[in-house]
Amino acid sequence: MKYTGNAIKYGDNVDTDVIIPARYLNTSDHAELASHCMEDIDKTFVSRVQKDDIIIAGQNFGCGSSREHAPIAIKASGISVVIAKSFARIFYRNSINIGLAIVECPEAADGISEGDKVEADLDNGIIRNLTTGMEFRTEPFPEFIQKIIENGGLVNSIANGSVK
Amino acid sequence: MGMTMTQKILAAHAGLDSVQAGQLILADLDLVLGNDITSPVAIKEFAKLNKTEVFNKDKITMVMDHFAPNKDIKAAEQCKMCRDFCGEKEITHFYDVGKMGIEHALLPEKGLVTSGNAVIGADSHTCTYGALGAFSTGVGSTDMACGMAIGKAWFKVPSAIRFNLTGKLRKYVTGKDVILHIIGMIGVDGALYRSMEFTGEGLSSLTMSDRLCISNMAIEAGAKNGIFEVDDITLEYIREHGGAEPKIYRADADAVYDETIDIDLSQIEPTVAFPHLPENAKTFGQFGDIKIDQVVIGSCTNGRLEDLQIAAEIMKGKKCAENVRVIIIPATQQIYLDAMEQGLLKIFIESGAVVSTPTCGPCLGGYMGILAAGERAVTTTNRNFVGRMGHTESEVYLASPAVAAASALTGKITTPWEVMSK
Repeated sequence: MKYTGNAIKYGDNVDTDVIIPARYLNTSDHAELASHCMEDIDKTFVSRVQKDDIIIAGQNFGCGSSREHAPIAIKASGISVVIAKSFARIFYRNSINIGLAIVECPEAADGISEGDKVEADLDNGIIRNLTTGMEFRTEPFPEFIQKIIENGGLVNSIANGSVK
Repeated sequence: MGMTMTQKILAAHAGLDSVQAGQLILADLDLVLGNDITSPVAIKEFAKLNKTEVFNKDKITMVMDHFAPNKDIKAAEQCKMCRDFCGEKEITHFYDVGKMGIEHALLPEKGLVTSGNAVIGADSHTCTYGALGAFSTGVGSTDMACGMAIGKAWFKVPSAIRFNLTGKLRKYVTGKDVILHIIGMIGVDGALYRSMEFTGEGLSSLTMSDRLCISNMAIEAGAKNGIFEVDDITLEYIREHGGAEPKIYRADADAVYDETIDIDLSQIEPTVAFPHLPENAKTFGQFGDIKIDQVVIGSCTNGRLEDLQIAAEIMKGKKCAENVRVIIIPATQQIYLDAMEQGLLKIFIESGAVVSTPTCGPCLGGYMGILAAGERAVTTTNRNFVGRMGHTESEVYLASPAVAAASALTGKITTPWEVMSK
C-alpha cells in the first residue's frame, strides 16, 4: 500500500468529540458522518480535504469516546493515512478493525508541515516528505495485526476464517 | 516472570499459563456490551459475518441510554434497530426505556459483571467494571460485532502502573477528586495502552461508588483498563447485586509494573478539571471566582445513589442560585426509586433543580442540557473537550457531586466546605 497526498496537520489530543461531534451520532451513514468530520476543530476540513490526503497529528490522536464513527468519518472523507506521534488505544484498534491506515511516527509528525506533499509507503514502512525530501522510517505492525489488515479488517478476517 | 492482575485475567481467558506485556492474544469474553449509538454500527457489521446466531444470548447486553428516551427521529430509528436485533437474536439482557439506566451504572447493579470477568463494551467507559476486579475495556463497534459472533476479542497485553493507596478521604472528598487528581498528575495519555491497578491499605476506605468512579475515568488517562484489587467490600457488593461467583486474581509478588505511584488519600483536595482536557486539574486556591450557568449531576461517572445522597445533603433546605440551571440525573431506575424513597428528589426539586429520567444526554452534548456559546457548566461527567456539552465556545468544568452541588447553590465553582460551614 502506497499513498500520496497533501498533509493536513493538527496538534496533540485531537479527541473523538471534535473528529465527529456526538450531535451527529444519530446516524451511522458514512457519507453523512464525513460531511461533519473535524467540524468542531477545523471548519475548513470538509471543503478542502481531497482524496488520499494524509492527516498529521501530535500525541494521543483519537482520545475520548469509543465511537467507531470517528475513524469511519475520517476514512469516508478520503483520508488515506493518519500519521501521529501516538494514538489513543480505542481509536487505534478501531482503525485497524475498519481498515483505516494509521502510522505511529513521532519524527514524521514533527518533520511534516501543513500542505506538504507526503508519500506513505506502508509496505516498506517509509514516509517521505516530497516537499522537503525528508524520509522517515516506521515500525511495521505485528504479524497478527498485519494479517487483519491484509484481510481487509476484522469482519472480513472472521468471515473468511482467518480469525476464529 | 510475575503477572499483574490484568495479565492474569487475560492469560486465563486466552487459555495460557502466562502472558507478557506486548503479547497479542485472542481472549474469551464473559460479556459484550453496546449502546444505542455504537450497537447500530455493530449490527451492520454483524450482518457481514454470515452468522445466523450470536455466540451466547446471555452474554450480550444492549442498553438504550445515550439518546434515549429517543431524542429525535434518527435516534428512534437507531433504538428500533437494536430492539429488532435483540428480539430476533433473543438477547437476554436488552434494556429499553423503563428498564434501562446508564450502562455502566446499570450492569454492576444488575449483577452482570463479577470479579475475574473479561468484558468488552462498545463504549469507552466500559473500563468502569475494573472496580469489581474484572478486566473490562472499551472497544469499537467492529470489535463488538465480532465479539457477539465469536465471543472473543484480540488484545495486546498491557503493562501497568500500580497506584498504592494509603490513608482515608476527608468528608466531601470522593473518588472523583482522586481520579481527577491522578489524571492531573499523569496527563490524558499518562497511562496510554496500559493498565491502572489500584491497591494498598487505602482501598478499605473507598466505597464501591468511589471505586466505580475511579475505574470509569481510567480511559481519560488513556488507560486500557483500571482495575481494583478485590476485597470484602467488592465481594459484598457482588453478593448484594446477585452477581456470579467471583474469581479473584491477585498480582504476583514479583509482578512487573512500569511504575508505582503512591497516593495518600487524606491529602486529596476537592479537584476541578478545567476546559478543555480532564488533565487540567486544579484545586481551590489555584483559581478565583468562576461564574456558572449550569450544573449537571449524573452520568456513568457520578449518577449513583451515593452521589445523589452527598448532593442532597449539601442542597437540603437551600436554593439554587439565580440563573443557574441545575439538572440531576439518577443513573438507573433503581437509583431513581431509591432517591425518591429517601426523599432526595424532593430536596432537589425544592431547591430549584430538575430531575430527569436516566440518560447519558447532556454528558456528550446529545440533549437534556446543551450549552450555548459562552456558557459554563460544572458537571460530574467525565469529559470537558471542546464542544462536548454543546457549543464549541461553551466550557465544561469537571467536578465531584459535592462540588457540583455546592456550586449550584452559589452560582460559582465552590467547595462543599464553604457552603456547609455557613
